[in-house]
Amino acid sequence: MTAPTTTSRITTPALSLRGAQVRMGGRTLWDGLDLDIAPGEFVAVLGPNGSGKTTLVRVLLGLVELARGEVRIGGRPARRGAPEIGYVPQQKALDPDLPLRGRDLVGLGLDGHRLGLGIRGRRARRARVDAALAAVGGSGYADAPVGRLSGGEQQRLRVAQALVGDPAVLLCDEPLLSLDLAHQRTVTRLIDERRRAADTAVLFVTHEINPVLPMVDRVLYLVDGRFRIGPPSEVMTSAVLSELYRTDVDVLRLRDRLVVVGTEEHAHCDDPLVGEEPA
Amino acid sequence: MDTLISFDGLGELLALPFVQNALVACAVLGLVAGLLTPLIVARGMAFAVHGTAELAFTGGAAALLTGFAVGIGAVAGAVLAGLVFGVLGLRHRERDSVIGVVLAFGLGLGVLMLALYDGRASNKFGLLTGSIVAVDSTNIIVLAVVAVLVVGVLAVLYRPLLFASTDPDVAVARGVPVRVLSLVFAVLIGLTTALAVPIVGAILVLSVMIAPGAAAAQVTASPVRATLLAVLFAEVSLVGGTILSLAPGLPVSGYVAALAFACYLGCRVVASVRARVPAARSS
Repeated sequence: MTAPTTTSRITTPALSLRGAQVRMGGRTLWDGLDLDIAPGEFVAVLGPNGSGKTTLVRVLLGLVELARGEVRIGGRPARRGAPEIGYVPQQKALDPDLPLRGRDLVGLGLDGHRLGLGIRGRRARRARVDAALAAVGGSGYADAPVGRLSGGEQQRLRVAQALVGDPAVLLCDEPLLSLDLAHQRTVTRLIDERRRAADTAVLFVTHEINPVLPMVDRVLYLVDGRFRIGPPSEVMTSAVLSELYRTDVDVLRLRDRLVVVGTEEHAHCDDPLVGEEPA
Repeated sequence: MDTLISFDGLGELLALPFVQNALVACAVLGLVAGLLTPLIVARGMAFAVHGTAELAFTGGAAALLTGFAVGIGAVAGAVLAGLVFGVLGLRHRERDSVIGVVLAFGLGLGVLMLALYDGRASNKFGLLTGSIVAVDSTNIIVLAVVAVLVVGVLAVLYRPLLFASTDPDVAVARGVPVRVLSLVFAVLIGLTTALAVPIVGAILVLSVMIAPGAAAAQVTASPVRATLLAVLFAEVSLVGGTILSLAPGLPVSGYVAALAFACYLGCRVVASVRARVPAARSS
């Protein structure tokens, strides 16, 4: 567990929430959330379904308004389409006939939100897309239809898509879901390398801490509106989780893995970003 | 077969003003439909286009009955349908049933209105199966205006539209107004469909609004190449179908549909041949 080396520096947090409250359909998901993430810091967001993890991501993306408090990205209020943010969604089955290649998916991450045809600057664009593809080891399938790629290959492209715009903040919403262990490792390694190389702040929503445990600086654990923030060694304990879940929870350490018993994690349902349901 | 494929007197036929009108109209329609169809395929909107076409028919029938210009009725019906589908059915699963319900009602209403109409019978039939005689110079002007509009909107919004159509979750995250764009796209489809209805008929609009894009998607995943191919296929189907229909004097829609289907079939064959060659994936 590496302590965040950058927090000692006097610098604007990459991402900051102050007294944040979110209400959805008359229900308060969480309240009084204070969280600063420094450049280069890796924060994992954990918690059961419905605890508002995806909603937190949507708040940071400027898609959900806070009922109270404030949210800032790189010192400026969060807003839709903030260029400082890269976003990695969970893997989703794509239509095999979708007329889109790997490089198009990555390219859309760079300028898909822009108006016009973008004919000027095509060469520079291609170079950036190629570099992003190479960085995730995706050059070999850059021209293949995305819908025909494996889940692991698609998620590599997703990482490239999120990083091609050179974001200061990387928001990852369950990017490892439905990936096998080897691909989970690849995707987390790519994200970790990037935040070390470019000082990118990472907020990583996951229901399973083990794949990211070696790189996590702090954990935000959300349960039914209650939350705890701190290094994994302080949050991922039987005492803290029992308090959050208000039931007996045991955290066991098996070699380099944490096993949490007693939280009744149910099978996951998809929470696509466009959905209306709070996650 | 002689009666189906014939080029007797094609030269004289091609010299007729109404034939030339029809060919120009088909060329313009082919361009617009070809540009839109890869996005329609990417969005999985084949059924929505079909529904839009049926409601263009309803609009046309209503115009016929009330004495308005059929073309205006068709545009009104199709754009209204596009907006209804756009607003009601943004969620995929819901969309199919919404379209089915509205389509059936619109079609029934259209049939009823045609039965009440006591004008020329060819007017009635033309809406369903299309007719090149329906294309006159006013149609061409309307068609050109719509073509300029669609091309203009696409030139400005192409990238966000492609983003929203192929990767909506990330597009939303990047601040692309996905919902607004789906309404804009519905209007573009409505306008184009309404213009296609008099030429190929409400029933066969899919042959120019879906088939070219579906065919192109079989052989390339590049959005730009798919669009170019789709325009080519749409032009071949529409212009070629019109020319083929002239000498036999049969409905243009049959020939257009057959050519569009041939393009699709050809692309599927190419795709399956390529799939057997191991290197095809990286091509």
